[in-house]
Amino acid sequence: MNLFSIALRSIRQRGLASTLTCFSMALGVTLMVAVIAIHGVVNESFKVGQFLGYNILVGPKGGKLQLTLNSVYYLDEPIENIPYDYYLEFKRQAEREADYQHSLQKHAHDLHWELTRAAQETMGVGVTSGTAGLLTRMATRVVEQDAEKNLPGMRDGRFGQFTYLAIPLLLGDYYESFRVVGTTPDMFGTMKFGPSGDRQYEFSSGRNFKAYSRENGFFEAVVGSVVARQTNLKVGDEINPRHGAVDGHTHNQPFTIVGILDSTGTPNDRAVFVNMEGFYLIADHAKPVEETSTGQEEEAEEEEEEEEAEGEEDPEDVEGEEPEEAEGEEDLPFDTVTPLPVEQREVTAVLLRVDPIFSVGMPNLINEGPVAQAIYPIREINKFFGTFIGPVLGLLVVITLMICVVSGVGILVSIYNSMSDRRNEIAVLRALGAERSTVLWIILFESLILSISGGLIGWTLGHGLVALASPIVEAKTGVAVGFFDLAPALPPYLPISPELLLVPLLAILAIAVGMIPAISAYRTDVAQSLGK
Amino acid sequence: MPYDASGNGIVVATEQGWDTLRIPIRVDEAARWGTRASGIGKMLELVNVKKSYQQPNGDPLPILSIPHFAVAGGEQVVLVGRSGGGKTTLLHLIAGITRPDFGQIIFEGRNIERLSEAASDRFRATWMGYVFQTFNLLPAFTALENVLLGMTFSRKPVDRQRAIMLLERVGLGDRMQHKPTALSVGEQQRVAVARALANKPRLLLADEPTANIDAANQQNIVDLIRETAEEEQISLVLVTHAIEVAEQFKRVVLLDDINELTMKASSGTASWAMQAEE
Repeated sequence: MNLFSIALRSIRQRGLASTLTCFSMALGVTLMVAVIAIHGVVNESFKVGQFLGYNILVGPKGGKLQLTLNSVYYLDEPIENIPYDYYLEFKRQAEREADYQHSLQKHAHDLHWELTRAAQETMGVGVTSGTAGLLTRMATRVVEQDAEKNLPGMRDGRFGQFTYLAIPLLLGDYYESFRVVGTTPDMFGTMKFGPSGDRQYEFSSGRNFKAYSRENGFFEAVVGSVVARQTNLKVGDEINPRHGAVDGHTHNQPFTIVGILDSTGTPNDRAVFVNMEGFYLIADHAKPVEETSTGQEEEAEEEEEEEEAEGEEDPEDVEGEEPEEAEGEEDLPFDTVTPLPVEQREVTAVLLRVDPIFSVGMPNLINEGPVAQAIYPIREINKFFGTFIGPVLGLLVVITLMICVVSGVGILVSIYNSMSDRRNEIAVLRALGAERSTVLWIILFESLILSISGGLIGWTLGHGLVALASPIVEAKTGVAVGFFDLAPALPPYLPISPELLLVPLLAILAIAVGMIPAISAYRTDVAQSLGK
Repeated sequence: MPYDASGNGIVVATEQGWDTLRIPIRVDEAARWGTRASGIGKMLELVNVKKSYQQPNGDPLPILSIPHFAVAGGEQVVLVGRSGGGKTTLLHLIAGITRPDFGQIIFEGRNIERLSEAASDRFRATWMGYVFQTFNLLPAFTALENVLLGMTFSRKPVDRQRAIMLLERVGLGDRMQHKPTALSVGEQQRVAVARALANKPRLLLADEPTANIDAANQQNIVDLIRETAEEEQISLVLVTHAIEVAEQFKRVVLLDDINELTMKASSGTASWAMQAEE
């Protein structure tokens, strides 16, 4: 017979009162565990946004928080868009040139010189053989090349040499309740994620989408793990995004799912990713050309219209018509379309991985300009969490702690009330040779057993609730919580999981509330209490 | 006090209107003063022990003033006296449950009243057994566990086999797992006796162990206590009101005879130490 078993027997002797007291503590701890778990989930769901593999987010001028929420978490509505050519300022020359191949400016340039050459031929200038003709052709070519050098695709982007990776995000469409994000294959090919930034995106089935594929053209998509699980989408299925809102009109243009992402625990689990080129080709997604076209572009357009009028149908030259096609006939024959011209494109945000040396100066440069803003998402996330979420969750934790303290007081009352009935029992133990400190410990053990067993039951119930709610939580936040997952640590305040403090705190609480009846037992007058 | 010291017996009248207690006695002068105990070496000795309680008005109420009282090793002593005379207090003093205001309580040469409270508790747990009038079994524990509790606080190792043996000896071998509420009054007192003997005490203190049980069980309990004490060479101090119990023991001590306070109250009558005729 040790003190623990004596205490346990005493608790069992007062079965109903002990059970109710224990249950009260269990409920308090259940609430606390649930709140701590919610705290952890919210904290984690925001924190994973820090591990997406980029350090700067560029978007239109406006609210930093809104930009963070919509571009990192796909939660809020996009502010506005920024021009595509601004995005290309983060690219090196080769990539820019490739993109500008589909610009109206380039087409205008090409057309201009084609027409120039044609005019020269018509007028006989430079056509003639001999030195004069050769010199004329050479001079024309030099001027043409000189003009070509001035094309935007022929230089490095302004920030290109400081940027390791620039991924565009195009937001605005939905599939069911999930965001449809237009982006490039680099999103899952080049970009890595995770705390160390070295985790490669993997696919549970299928593959990454391509910028263009023979079988699906520009219209490929991959879906996040949560989306796949909730919508039962699989590789080969087709989806039609809705425009602008969950209840917006459905685009007729389908995207074929070519891959299902493995779970990453990031907001990307809750989104559908489509090829940017395909996204642009959907009706309503092209920016009207009048808004941005330069005189040169307008000129090029006019030329194109003339060519159309003349019935010339070159499949290479239909870019200008695509927006109209997207509006008119939405199910595009992908083998006949070409990408949208740069001038008609916009991006919602650009995810940047920037050389750390320039990661301070570059955002300043961007922010000084009139077009866009650059933010550090980690800073915004932390600020948002620290300003809004943290205090609310902290308050909830404090309230549940108070509930536990009230439950602890319930234990005090329960044990203390039993003391008058137990004077004789304590006196007998003393008469049998138990020291004062021994009976004190027996009472403290009772308090400890009630508190800690209530706490453990509460922990189990709390985690059971969290585990039951896990699918919903994961769907909403992208954070998966298992039954045995402890709430994360809260550095710098708490370097370990707060749940690890549960038992020590309950023990302290038990000793604190058990001390009053224990002292009462300690002071029991044996001779008086033995009675006859 | 209406004592009859004629040599043929004594008369003890109490507030409860007890019958006259008549026991053929032979006054042993040496034993009367408690300075010798039947020729066996002293195991327990009380020297000039005084004890008083505080009254509600703060004044002390003297209860005991015992110049000398001794019990020899293995001796069985019955202590009789009127209600409120301080018998239980005397047992509490011997057990170290209550501290004397003055005097020495020597147990096998050791002044136990000088021990710290914790040491006194350990001492009691190790060397003494206590049988209460109301059994005082703990209701949450089985009969066996109640007996084991008697060993729990001593410095000796817990001997489960001895606990089982004791319960078998008191005739409860088949009731070991029963809780007190499932036992009859007589059975409960037998468990209490087994518990008091569990730690192989040198001294067994029994405070009216038969007061709350029927006549049929009384004798069983007395036999059990007496025989076990004899077998295990345990000294016994048994407090009782029952004549039929007292007369079964060789040495019967009237508390009033060893308590100076009651000696004075009884008009200077000498204290009595009685020994039943063999």
